[in-house]
Amino acid sequence: MGIFDDFFMRALIGGIGFALVTGPLGCFIVWRRMAYFGDTMAHSALLGVALSFVFNLNLMVGVIAVALMVSFALMILEKRQSLSADALLGILSHSTLALGLVIVSLMTSVRIDLMALLFGDILAVTTADIQMVYGLGAVVLGILIWFWRPLIAATVNVELAQAENMKPQRTRFILMVLLALLIAIAMKIVGILLITALLIIPAATARRFAATPEIMAVLASILGVVAVIGGLYGSLYYDTPSGPSIVVAALVIFLISLVPKNLFGPKNKVAEAPHD
Amino acid sequence: MGDQFKAQEALVRLDKVGVYRDGKWLVRGVSFDVHPKEIVTLIGPNGSGKSTSVKTALGVVQPTEGRVTRRPDLQVGYVPQKFTLDWTLPLPVKRMMNLTKKHRHAEIERALDLVGILHLKSANMQSLSGGETQRALLARALLMQPDLLVLDEPVQGVDFAGEIALYELIKTIRDETGCGILLISHDLHVVMAQTDTVICLNGHVCCRGTPKLVAESDEYKRLFGARAAQSLAVYQHDHDHTHLPDGRVMHADGTIHGHCEHVHETSHEKEHH
Repeated sequence: MGIFDDFFMRALIGGIGFALVTGPLGCFIVWRRMAYFGDTMAHSALLGVALSFVFNLNLMVGVIAVALMVSFALMILEKRQSLSADALLGILSHSTLALGLVIVSLMTSVRIDLMALLFGDILAVTTADIQMVYGLGAVVLGILIWFWRPLIAATVNVELAQAENMKPQRTRFILMVLLALLIAIAMKIVGILLITALLIIPAATARRFAATPEIMAVLASILGVVAVIGGLYGSLYYDTPSGPSIVVAALVIFLISLVPKNLFGPKNKVAEAPHD
Repeated sequence: MGDQFKAQEALVRLDKVGVYRDGKWLVRGVSFDVHPKEIVTLIGPNGSGKSTSVKTALGVVQPTEGRVTRRPDLQVGYVPQKFTLDWTLPLPVKRMMNLTKKHRHAEIERALDLVGILHLKSANMQSLSGGETQRALLARALLMQPDLLVLDEPVQGVDFAGEIALYELIKTIRDETGCGILLISHDLHVVMAQTDTVICLNGHVCCRGTPKLVAESDEYKRLFGARAAQSLAVYQHDHDHTHLPDGRVMHADGTIHGHCEHVHETSHEKEHH
């Protein structure tokens, strides 16, 4: 019996693949203060699912298309400067979620597991899902690595990047597309309400221990993987929902990282904090 | 002065550039060019459009009217006026040097040594003082081996002694690399003595000329001392006209014109339109 035959192993493998991608992408979300933006795109995924059923589209295609449309709508609305960016995000975030819920409830012909969409159903991950996670995940990571220098340059200083021909306007577009792809991947793993948590918490945890952007990105991936493993075993042991358990595990790691390095004082060498 | 550069193709040329944002003209009718080995300094009061003009030259800001021509494959080294970095992004000085292009370790050390902050190579960009940040940004721009070095208020946050040293360094860079330099002076009156062309902006080009004669003036030496006069120069002029809200200009004699560009006493160029 191969490891793919066991539902728990499939969940672990799928979750780890997902966490590897959220690390570096999550760093950009944190650096560029795009947390609410990411949340809005994630919430629009439910509308994407609903519209996929209405128009009989592939689920992934529908989710990616709607997420991109929402982010473009945001860009256009921001340019008009009629409302502040966070007010616009609030409107789009919750109205797309609500619209999705309404459309799903109107469809009597199909039954959709709403809880699985909102909070993920990682234990139901199939071998095909794993292939999708690793295939799309490799594409996302590949694009990130390929455009790494211009992405960092545009994040550090837009004008400098523009003056030295790094095409910073392209980087925001790239990040939006990658985020849309990740959301499509994430639906099965943690669900659309918890995607942003796995983007932000490992990256925020990694910040304290990282000296360069590259180290922070790798560390965020590793911490994400630890959270997935910890969360899944935790959910197995305590019989808790798997998606939220992964986020709770990430939170626990984050809280541990907040403990001051010299909490136990220099006189008590034995109890020295494990990290440093 | 200045004619020696005209033989070569301009690195960047602004032709009657205007930028209109949020219901008003930030700059209008700005024309100048920067040639290889030429040092062009923009001066003018706050809000006179110095940064806007430079950003237009760089392609960071798109002009509403007029034309900007950059030499094909122009390599720019840019030192922005403001550099703020989110705390969440860890960025040591040596990593900052590789921001837009990867350089060899030895080259990075040499550039940091040149601007005097080699000891800070592992420090985080966020922990640097204003003057140190400027030096780091200058080192990074130098590493690009630019054809055109653009410095937006390079001496802000630098003390007076450091200011002279930094200007000396800019001159050395020009002499050694032959790049063109476009810089904005943070002080309306003080510009580098090595400046070939001073352009005074006030929403448009007020006047332009060489700073040489002013640097030799007794008044300047009294203000800054003979030692500083070797490095710095004062470029003074009287505003003999008033800018009307619609962008036109009323001269001292009461006449109104669409523009006010005129030849300054110290100018050897013939710039009359």
